[in-house]
Amino acid sequence: MHRFPRWAWAPFALGLALLAVPLLGMMARVPWGELPALLTSERALDALTLSLGTCLIATCLVLLLGVPLALVLARSRGWWVSVVRTLVTVPMVLPPVVAGLALLVTFGRRGLIGASLSAWGVEIGFTTIAVVIAQTFVALPFLVTSLEGALKSSGEQYERVASNLGASPSRIFWKVTLPIALPAIASGTALSFARALGEFGATLTFAGSLQGVTRTLPLEIYLLRETDSDLALALSLVLIVVALAIVFVSTKIQNWRRDG
Amino acid sequence: MSKLAAGLAAVVLALSACASGEAQPDDAEISATVFAAASLSAPFEEIAADTDVNFSFDGSSGLVDQIAGGAPADVFASADQRNMVGAVEQGLIAGEPTMFATNYLVLVTPAGNPAGVTGMDASLEDAKLVVCAPEVPCGGATERLAETLGLALSPVSEETSVTNVLGKITSGEGDVGLVYLTDATGAGDAVEIIGIPEAEGDPNTYWIAAVEGGDTEQAQAFIDLVMDSPDVLAGYGFGSA
Repeated sequence: MHRFPRWAWAPFALGLALLAVPLLGMMARVPWGELPALLTSERALDALTLSLGTCLIATCLVLLLGVPLALVLARSRGWWVSVVRTLVTVPMVLPPVVAGLALLVTFGRRGLIGASLSAWGVEIGFTTIAVVIAQTFVALPFLVTSLEGALKSSGEQYERVASNLGASPSRIFWKVTLPIALPAIASGTALSFARALGEFGATLTFAGSLQGVTRTLPLEIYLLRETDSDLALALSLVLIVVALAIVFVSTKIQNWRRDG
Repeated sequence: MSKLAAGLAAVVLALSACASGEAQPDDAEISATVFAAASLSAPFEEIAADTDVNFSFDGSSGLVDQIAGGAPADVFASADQRNMVGAVEQGLIAGEPTMFATNYLVLVTPAGNPAGVTGMDASLEDAKLVVCAPEVPCGGATERLAETLGLALSPVSEETSVTNVLGKITSGEGDVGLVYLTDATGAGDAVEIIGIPEAEGDPNTYWIAAVEGGDTEQAQAFIDLVMDSPDVLAGYGFGSA
């Protein structure tokens, strides 16, 4: 039985090699013996803690803002819906350095909002808050787009029944919509976390780079590449392992949703 | 299975055909491939305006990595001595490197100097100072300068490149930054320059050399062209060798 033409194997092999060989090549270069010492060095721990902390906060913000955003988008009609959807999707395809510039001219000292904040003595640049804002900015679209799609395809019939039975909109949200959307929220959250963890360009442009304050894992790797490639490779390995875990979990959740 | 092999071979052939678009050397013109530090892009483009030279501009240490990895360079121009020495030690250089320009650190502030910085002194303490990280050449120079002056700097950010430092100052995000005179000159009216006498006394040196395995004749022709163009380099703020 033929489900696809046999020639598809050639590009299949090339494509697979292109994606997998660099990862394997990296594994071959990682200094495995020194790994524990490298990863417990002060620089590594500072970058790991900072990245983990900021990504957790950013992911919480993504959930708080993203779920209602997706809900309103999925359940609304009108010309503005597609406009908002475009705006929400754009950061996903924006080159990170452009995202950083956009944040800089908005929240920077001379920015649209930053200038007024600065007058009140609040300055975001060079702080950990700037890192969290950059991560939230680039990660939010991932949750919103995947959740909106799921909410639309699951339809509104259960919500309509609950409404006919006299439940308030808030009660419907907590008791009906949210439980149905839970798998989509979970996989969207995982993807957002991964995107936040990998955030580089916007952070570099907007937040700066100082150990323990704004220098997250990707920034530290970029800098270490200049002098200490062993530690750079060790930290890269951490990001690869986390990425593999997140993709694995997210795929599991999606399969479970499809089967269940 | 043979079909699969034939398919793979066809794809590989097609790919290698894409990659072999290199220009043949022309006796009448210089057509070297030059790997040069990013800070040299403006003067080198001007110097080579009438030639067929191909440039690849990047951080010096990144370029050494690329050449070590087999990138097809004829000339390597480094923004500091350390990376040129590194290239020589790895056996990547043919012949002796030549020093062709100098550059030194200056303080830059946004136009108007809002934080009132007066120089490498106590006025830096209340200002948001942005510097290069010690891992990159400009950061190494910054460390040496601070040591010479006996100053403990407390920057709000250690950037990965000198252009990132400059960006933080031109945008007004930082109050004062340490960059090379050439970068400061390139920023024009967006910044104010404050000279540092101690930095001028210990300049950063630029080195150029032919790459081992490259076209040494073409390489030498380009190096001669650079050595004959001190005026162009000076126009961008570089000191003479």
